[in-house]
Amino acid sequence: MLRAEVDVRLPDLHLRLDLRVDDGEVVALLGPNGAGKTTTLRAIAGLRPLDGGRVELDGRVLDEPASRTFVPPEQRPVGVVFQDHLLFPHLSALDNVAFGLRARGLRRRAARAAAHAWLERMGLAGVAGARPRTLSGGEAQRVALARALAVEPRLLLLDEPLAALDAGTRVRVRSDLRRHLADFPGGRLLVTHDPLDAIVLADRLVILEGGRVTQTGTPAEVTARPASRYVAQLVGVNVLFGTASGRHTVRLDTGGELTLADALPAAEVAIALRPQAIALHTHRPDGSPRNAWPAVVADVEADRDRVRVTLEGPVQATAEVTPAAMAQLDLVPGARVWASAKAVDLVAYPR
Amino acid sequence: MSRAAPRTDRRAAARPPRALVPLAALTVGFLVLPLVALLQRAPWSDLTELVRRPIVTDALRLSLVSAAVATGLSLLGGVPLAWVLARSRLPGLSVLRALATLPVVLPPVVGGAALLFAFGRRGLVGEPLEDATGFVLPFSIWGVIAANTFVALPFLVLTVESGLRAVDTRYEEAAATLGAGRWTVLRRVTLPQAAPSIVAGAVLCFARALGEFGATVTFAGNLQGRTQTMPLAVFVALESDRDAAVALSLVLVAVSLAVLVPLRDRWLRA
Amino acid sequence: MTLRPARPLLAACALPLVLAACGGSTGDAAPSGDGAPERTVTVFAAASLTDAFADVAAAFEDEHPGVTVELSFAGSSALREQVLDGAPADVVATADEAVMADLVDEGAVGEPVAFATNRLQLAVPAGNPAGVGGLDDLGRGDLVIGLCAAGVPCGDLARRVLDGAGVEPAPDTEEPNVRALLAKVEAGELDAGLVYATDVRAAGDAVEAVDVPVGEEGTTRYPIAAVADAPHPRAADAFVAFVTTPAARDVLADHGFGPP
Repeated sequence: MLRAEVDVRLPDLHLRLDLRVDDGEVVALLGPNGAGKTTTLRAIAGLRPLDGGRVELDGRVLDEPASRTFVPPEQRPVGVVFQDHLLFPHLSALDNVAFGLRARGLRRRAARAAAHAWLERMGLAGVAGARPRTLSGGEAQRVALARALAVEPRLLLLDEPLAALDAGTRVRVRSDLRRHLADFPGGRLLVTHDPLDAIVLADRLVILEGGRVTQTGTPAEVTARPASRYVAQLVGVNVLFGTASGRHTVRLDTGGELTLADALPAAEVAIALRPQAIALHTHRPDGSPRNAWPAVVADVEADRDRVRVTLEGPVQATAEVTPAAMAQLDLVPGARVWASAKAVDLVAYPR
Repeated sequence: MSRAAPRTDRRAAARPPRALVPLAALTVGFLVLPLVALLQRAPWSDLTELVRRPIVTDALRLSLVSAAVATGLSLLGGVPLAWVLARSRLPGLSVLRALATLPVVLPPVVGGAALLFAFGRRGLVGEPLEDATGFVLPFSIWGVIAANTFVALPFLVLTVESGLRAVDTRYEEAAATLGAGRWTVLRRVTLPQAAPSIVAGAVLCFARALGEFGATVTFAGNLQGRTQTMPLAVFVALESDRDAAVALSLVLVAVSLAVLVPLRDRWLRA
Repeated sequence: MTLRPARPLLAACALPLVLAACGGSTGDAAPSGDGAPERTVTVFAAASLTDAFADVAAAFEDEHPGVTVELSFAGSSALREQVLDGAPADVVATADEAVMADLVDEGAVGEPVAFATNRLQLAVPAGNPAGVGGLDDLGRGDLVIGLCAAGVPCGDLARRVLDGAGVEPAPDTEEPNVRALLAKVEAGELDAGLVYATDVRAAGDAVEAVDVPVGEEGTTRYPIAAVADAPHPRAADAFVAFVTTPAARDVLADHGFGPP
């Protein structure tokens, strides 16, 4: 089990987070570029010493500046799969996988035999003798995984494992990766900026923004109740922040007022509103929607059969409409429209 | 992986700009003409007899042995030095690099004189050395090797240093996470990737040592069979026996080509 | 192929011809016989004449104002090769008559004149650290001995002397010219070396001479001659004549040379 209190001072970022990864758990560290995800991973691997805090794996302290304890990476039972796989270019796939075993003293024949078994498990026995530059992106990444697993680490770290792959390969490798990760008994920490990777592969998400954790939870929890703009944007949901002004009404930080169907759970709330639940009109609408507000179109983005319209006004949100609606309403940046949302479509949760 | 390139692209890329051709031709002419003149002057009928004379065989043996040993010593000391220059973050590294490569710009005779001041019989190290052990570095083959190493080592250091810089340190990090200690990383990850530059450096070093004259004659002296390398033998023969001088020169050219041509590919790839 | 590329090619080929026409190193040659003044005379001299000829040249320049002497020193056999290769020398002075005879045979020089003699001496570093006593010591393997290379007059002379004394030399180096040999003795790198008396005198306190009998075989006569087809023939003749005058002989004697 990994217990880490990470404190790292970078030139333009102060990284402070607490992280826990249990055996058998897959945790995804998700965040925008520059949030400190890779630095966290490197600190746990021992490639970068902490400035404060500690890293503890299975009860053994690997890094603790206060007690001047530092275990170098080669002595940590931590395996790493790197973003560009970093397979040694001068060795075959087999020798790459055998590398860690040989570094730990295993004789060449035994190491190669074990490596062969790992490659077979990954379905890569056919490329055992190939040099890394002749492998496809997906094959290389799987060899890198086999290489890290071959030394049987207690913790597996994966740094943006699918980032270097093209879209089509990524889908296939993602599901392969999910299968192979499932077989690993120890804890697995995955660093990524792609929410799909996180949602598909992880049991638990830790959202890292600007060096701090802004939200943790299961993929379902996080996507249903995004606690920050970043996550909301990631999952394609609008999140609106406000203060309760009644049992069912919220005064938003941006000025508007919304009425919800359910009673509010707290005084300070975040409200999730799907873009598909916002309707646009040329005039103030009649009918059942409790919530209607005037808005100005800030941006229009067409995507095959859907159009995403960014709205500004008392409610900052993105709406999704059909191309026909766009034409009918003449939705161009600067256009004035009325937007509405049903009270039942608003979900509030504590901020 | 598809590797097919359209054939028209390849053809277009191979044709050089027009102005380059006469310049290149002149340059090749300039380099090849002395060689042609040498061949033209060669005493072909006596050649086989000449190259079997002791003055030639002694000089060739000495040249090859001393250049080879100098290259070996340069590898032994130069690769670690190159590593320090490429990787460490000590202060004053640029000064160290300048000192290590000084022999490249120093006239070889000056280098030989400096070696005398250091390792000669009245030298800083040479005098106590002789007093203590009776060992005299100049006038021996070790003097030749010392002179050769002094002038040729910097070429190896420069080449290997740039080769090491080109090795991605991320591979070394990956190796560390797999459990490799620093020595294993050096042995199995860094050096294999720097291998082409090490080979190129060794070739450069050997070639420079083979042709070394000024430092050798100043420091090691000139005695057939003991310190008279090929370049020295040519120099002396030029004044007394021109034919022997030409024969010696041809042998040296042949040996150099034999060393350089097979390793041409490695050189290009580094 | 169109004609356009030919022009740069032609220009490139013409360049060396133009340079050659401007003249290599024989730039300021005045053709002999038209009476125009000659301003330089190039003298090629044996290495052992290095210091002496500098003074002789100065004295010559005093007597012939407006003329500059250009001196070039090398081992005598190197001088022979340079002159035979067509080097732009006006005068050549060698350290032995055999080398000069070669040049005469090739028709490269005019009538040579002997102008000085030199004697071989056994030189040791100041203080004689190895305790060298005589010519026999030059056969000892435990000493570091130097001779001039065979073919260089100093070297041939040394071998004749040693032969006459019945000594089999064990040299550790054979230097290409006598000054290089002297330098090593001066520096203390060699325990002993056979050089000229003039070299011993030139080295001053740094070198001592050990008294050994060298006799007739250890003495050499220095000839000087004007080079045939010299660029400055009248200056050449003037210099050759000057070197045999009593004034020049005094200068040479100051440096340790004997009369011819």
